[in-house]
Amino acid sequence: MSDAFVGQGIGEEPSPLLTGPRPPAFDLSGTRSRRGSERVIGVVLFLCAAMSVLTTLGIVAVLIEQAVEFFIDVPIWEFLFGLRWTALFNNPHFGVVPLVTGTLLISLIAMFVAIPLGLMSAIYLSEYAHGTVRDILKPALELLAGIPTIVYAFFALTFIRPTLLEPLFPSIDSFNALAAGLAVGIMIVPLIASLSEDAMRSVPRSLREGGFAIGATSLEVSTRIVFPAAFSGIVASCILAFSRAIGETMIVALAGGSKPQLTANPLHEVQAMTGYIVQVFTGDVSTGSTPFRSLFAVGLLLFVLTLAMNILSQWLVRRFREVYE
Amino acid sequence: MSVSSTTKPAVSMTERSSSANLSSRRLRGNLMFTVFLSATVISVVILAVLLWTILAQGWSWLRLDLFTNMPSRKAERAGLQPALYGTLWVISLTALLAFPIGVLAAIYLEEYAPRNWWTRILQTNISNLAGVPSVVYGLLGLGLFAEWLRLDRSIISGALTLALLVLPIIIISSQEAIRAVPSTLREAAFGLGATKWQVARDHVLPVAMPGILTGTILAISRAIGETAPLLVVGASAYVTFNPNSFSDKFTVLPMQIYEWARRPQDEFQGLAASAIIVLMAVLLILNSVAIVLRQRFRRKIRW
Repeated sequence: MSDAFVGQGIGEEPSPLLTGPRPPAFDLSGTRSRRGSERVIGVVLFLCAAMSVLTTLGIVAVLIEQAVEFFIDVPIWEFLFGLRWTALFNNPHFGVVPLVTGTLLISLIAMFVAIPLGLMSAIYLSEYAHGTVRDILKPALELLAGIPTIVYAFFALTFIRPTLLEPLFPSIDSFNALAAGLAVGIMIVPLIASLSEDAMRSVPRSLREGGFAIGATSLEVSTRIVFPAAFSGIVASCILAFSRAIGETMIVALAGGSKPQLTANPLHEVQAMTGYIVQVFTGDVSTGSTPFRSLFAVGLLLFVLTLAMNILSQWLVRRFREVYE
Repeated sequence: MSVSSTTKPAVSMTERSSSANLSSRRLRGNLMFTVFLSATVISVVILAVLLWTILAQGWSWLRLDLFTNMPSRKAERAGLQPALYGTLWVISLTALLAFPIGVLAAIYLEEYAPRNWWTRILQTNISNLAGVPSVVYGLLGLGLFAEWLRLDRSIISGALTLALLVLPIIIISSQEAIRAVPSTLREAAFGLGATKWQVARDHVLPVAMPGILTGTILAISRAIGETAPLLVVGASAYVTFNPNSFSDKFTVLPMQIYEWARRPQDEFQGLAASAIIVLMAVLLILNSVAIVLRQRFRRKIRW
């Protein structure tokens, strides 16, 4: 839109009507000061937008600088493929695999909760809900999305584990992947629901009407017409939610525990990548030590993983979006 | 669109369209409607249980002392005054830093930026930044502000970190608000000889302001609830004085909640719950302000 006006401000080119002698009182052609201040403002605005690029560069620079120093002490393959993480012990091992499996275990449990709940809510809100019911349910979901993650962490500790899980699994660890995963799942339901609902709502009405005209029921229209048409957006929302689950910190730190171990049992205590970062900062680790630098290596891995997923999700939307005229 | 997705069910429906079939399809439709509805209701139920759990645990701890006392090792005497002040300081500074930069960046992207590869990079970069985990911003703040700029574990380090964290959210929501301003408004102003900046400042911005403010307040609400980045940048766990300047050590409400919640004793769990009630009340007030602001601005504009 704004391109249409590039170079059309009056100050830019003398219009033929205004050339020739004219009284200074009616000089509307744009004085030098006006043109100059316009240019300064343009530069200031540009710098504000460029801040975001500086932020990215800053993140990459800080993470890589410390991570490189860490990889001088610990070989990178030992970090990536080592099966033991005992960073804070006397004889430290820095194999990140247990932290990654801890993160994945919690995130997969979360997706197991969030995908069905989120997608069914999205179908309901986009295809069925109207009037009062919608006016109650939609704000409730938004409220759920606005709750700070520390509150979910507290919920996992004081309700999900003791009230919900302990009666079912008496042998459960007091910190465990299941409680953390359920809480993270609850946290990302609104994200999946609202992004998928947006995707389904942008499917044109005419497609639905076509379906109804040939005698399809509401269910058939939603699941066989609207859902497939919005599929790229729906998958993208799930990937985005997965990336959010991987980066979630306070819930996994408080409810997931701080014992890095290779396990697929959700009843066991685990430690996630973000949980390790929190653990180091709640203890006292001196700046510049190897455990301190290991934080940045873990952070770099976290950054790369979530970035890859966000890019994948954007690419999916662009590549597979169906464009309707 | 592909025609096949609509014709496929049509063919199978005409093939077996007996009335028995129709009633079974209707039955399945009604059944799944109930399933979809209950999936949505489950979220509301969870929300209710969550709020109830916290109220039940925290209500009895919610007394006046909580707001006037310092943290203490004894639960009966513990308060959250430094955390409340810390949140106030950090968040005001965050808003002061992030709001102008975010809005100006949005104006640049919507009104000024040429359509070229550089603008595309900016835009992609901003949406990717919005997806970076908050704890990574903490590491950035630690490396950049606390250590490199030697700002240490201070309010200013925390606020700068949070400002970077909310900046992409403010930019994206402001862009949406600016994009929704009708182009006829811009054309009319340009037609009267306004410069680009005059158009943006005097005509686009006032109309977009309700949307921008709502987006900003939502972003600030997110910053208030953030624990991880401040923990990493160095919000202290145990602060027994109220902050007086930007270079002071500090703690914030979510940090205080974390501190109390990770202690095993029941009394501290109760304290954590009461601090959560305070935090949620602050968020609720802020969001009500957003709604009021939006309506006041909306009333002012008459076409």
